[in-house]
Amino acid sequence: MDDLDEIVSEFLVESHENLDQLDRDLVELERDPASRELLSSVFRTLHTIKGTSGFLAFGTLESVTHVGESLLSRLRDGEMKLDPAMTTVLLEMVDAVRDLLAKIEETGAEGDDDYAELVARITQVLETGSVPAPAAAAAPVVEVVEVVEAVEVVEVVEAVAPAAADAAADEPHRRTVADSTIRVDVALLDSLMNLVGELVLTRNQMLQRAATREDIELQRTTHRLNLIAGELQEGVMKTRMQPIDNVWSKLPRVVRDLSLLLGKSVDLRMEGRDTELDKTILEAVRDPLTHLVRNSVDHGIEAPDARRAKAKPEQGVLVLRAFHEGGQVNIEIADDGAGIDPDKLREKAVDRGMMTREAAAALSDREAINLIFNAGFSTAKAVTNVSGRGVGMDVVKTNIEKIGGTIDLASTPGQGTTVRIRIPLTLAIIPALVVTAAENRYAIPQVNLLELVRLEGSSRAQVESVQGAPVYRLRGRLLPLVDLREQLDLPPVERPTTYIAVLQADNRQFGLVVDDIKDTEEIVVKPLGKQLRGIDLYAGATIMGDGNVALILDTMALARKAGMALDGRDSVSSSAAESGAAERSALLVVGLADGRRAAIPLETVDRLEEFDPARVERTGGHEVVQYRGQILPLLRLDAALHGGYGDDAAARLQVVVCHSGGRIIGVVVNAILDIVEEELAVRSHLDTGGHHGSAVVSGHVTELIDIDRAIGSFDPALLAPTH
Amino acid sequence: MSHQYCTFVLDGHLFGVPVASVQEVLKQQEVTPVPLASREVSGLINLRGQIVTTIDLRARLGLSAREAGSSSVSVVVRAADGGPVSLVVDQIGDVLEAEESLLEPPPDTVPHEVRELVMGICKLDDRLMLLLDTERAVTVTELVA
Repeated sequence: MDDLDEIVSEFLVESHENLDQLDRDLVELERDPASRELLSSVFRTLHTIKGTSGFLAFGTLESVTHVGESLLSRLRDGEMKLDPAMTTVLLEMVDAVRDLLAKIEETGAEGDDDYAELVARITQVLETGSVPAPAAAAAPVVEVVEVVEAVEVVEVVEAVAPAAADAAADEPHRRTVADSTIRVDVALLDSLMNLVGELVLTRNQMLQRAATREDIELQRTTHRLNLIAGELQEGVMKTRMQPIDNVWSKLPRVVRDLSLLLGKSVDLRMEGRDTELDKTILEAVRDPLTHLVRNSVDHGIEAPDARRAKAKPEQGVLVLRAFHEGGQVNIEIADDGAGIDPDKLREKAVDRGMMTREAAAALSDREAINLIFNAGFSTAKAVTNVSGRGVGMDVVKTNIEKIGGTIDLASTPGQGTTVRIRIPLTLAIIPALVVTAAENRYAIPQVNLLELVRLEGSSRAQVESVQGAPVYRLRGRLLPLVDLREQLDLPPVERPTTYIAVLQADNRQFGLVVDDIKDTEEIVVKPLGKQLRGIDLYAGATIMGDGNVALILDTMALARKAGMALDGRDSVSSSAAESGAAERSALLVVGLADGRRAAIPLETVDRLEEFDPARVERTGGHEVVQYRGQILPLLRLDAALHGGYGDDAAARLQVVVCHSGGRIIGVVVNAILDIVEEELAVRSHLDTGGHHGSAVVSGHVTELIDIDRAIGSFDPALLAPTH
Repeated sequence: MSHQYCTFVLDGHLFGVPVASVQEVLKQQEVTPVPLASREVSGLINLRGQIVTTIDLRARLGLSAREAGSSSVSVVVRAADGGPVSLVVDQIGDVLEAEESLLEPPPDTVPHEVRELVMGICKLDDRLMLLLDTERAVTVTELVA
């Protein structure tokens, strides 16, 4: 039995249950032979067994169930009427199926009994329209037939029973597949899970208490408690977790059928199949996921000729991605199809009287695209039989939100659509870092935490400012700082020591400035009441060792609230980029006139400064400023690259102080935009002077500045050495 | 038909909620404040391992704030959807039995914050009891974070 395929044992468990149901239904049927409902139920059950046995190449099983199914289908369609004799034949068939299953379970094969006699009898019933007896037969005859058959039933059972008995005698302790698994009510698992959560919290309180006592015996006991609670927690968690593949495995078929029907070609890729989700959550996302995938194939990915016309590969790519992040499960459905036109949605919203034209125009593209989640909003011009089926996007959203998740849609017309679902693991127990702000504790999921930085005294001067936004130079890289108090609308405070928790949100890093950093602790994520659901900064709350409540911070929401753009790269193009030769570099992205962008390698950037234009002096045709006892030549990037000037001469100059080869220059830009770490896969070497070429950074074409060459364009005598 | 009401005092007024909707009454608890939440939410408490939102009924009804240092009591009610919610009141009263016929809708002159949350006014022999609509009371307008 050990070497049985997982799929076979699953089939066995399922079939055993089905057979029990079949027995009950058949007996019931005898009492109520006209019940179509029962007949259909029996038919379905048998059909399932037949289908699977055919698939698993159990020929005998298939042939037995096949005739049984044929008989049932006649009965169901009213072509025949069930009588007690027929019921007997059917029950006999059920027994035969059960015996065959037992054989399979025991040996992995069906054995030599071919049940030809039974099959023949059922076939006969099928052909003659009733149990072997002429239509005119009197009741007693039927009775006789019945008796005869009853005897045969016994025979058949006997023929098999000894074998089964032998097997049982050989290995009395062996458990059958059906016995080794048990179906448990999910509600029971839920309450178990809650109890374990409580246990973990109580253990934490115990550990805190015990740590302060000298009692060795108590220490030992709590240590054991700690271990047991840990294992118990793990075990209970496991009972509920299932890989997302359980749901995904149905999707290739869905995509195949649908794309065939629509004459499209779709390459379905799945990443993170083994990402585990709580069973309840898995069930809840099944329908929304299927719907979203259907949508992508139906409305997202274009027909091959349309794709060819847009210079895209004929085969569309649909990527499903699942991963854990910050105590949440992220599921992404990304296609490289036509995308969604925000204007179309705006128009539609106005047409439907959902908002005024002005309000619609005021929506950002992103907001406009997310209008699709409103009730009764279908963008398909024609309702195909595909999009007509199933549920609308509003129902998808409702279902996701019902389990405490969020859904977000990003789309670039012509390039594709990415739907991102985030589902909190409300039942999960996660390690978290505890920090404080204004006397209160907050928990940050450990997965988001990269490192901790403490700045005291003079080192605090390393916190610098870019246009009022504080940054910290962490090993030569600029780390944007976010003050927790500020984000929580708490009164600011002068801190003698600066504590920074370096956090990762999507592909960005930032430093969260907090009042103090406490311990790391295992916390149980508990959902917040509906009164607080609107605040997305909190991922939930937890109970600390001392019994008080602490809020759990959502790192992504923090980053978003602090104004960091997290939309990152388009998922489809990023996976394409990974396959190509790519190099990774950290870049400071700056804005130039007319919305153009340029990027300066971060390793050459020293400081970011603002200068009053009045401080600019001229020497030898160059603009310079006095800067830290040196003369800093200025390079107007706009002028250097495009022969134009920045628009506002009176504004304060934004200057990036760069160094190269022991020299420094100040690069004048319009705005400091971002720091990114990008794989520069898409590159052109159109050199327009003073730069490396262009690359696509964060979805924008960006010119890469070569500081070496920029410095080279200056009179060497003018350049002061940096040291 | 008569119903039983759990009563409490808020700013001198007698309020009542159906006994069946009350889970328990708690003494003052350690409340964890929730920054960014709306004014009515005074914070979160740990109710035997369950995290319960606490709503300051004075703030919810637009009454003046409780004097600093004065005591308060939490009435934990069960909302129809979701778990329990704790309502902070000044003082807990008796359980009263009142006939349905004594109920009357609140007059229009009552401030609208109160009228919105009061299902009816019960004319007891010696005083009036305001019947609180717990479902509405625990629904606070979300603050856009």
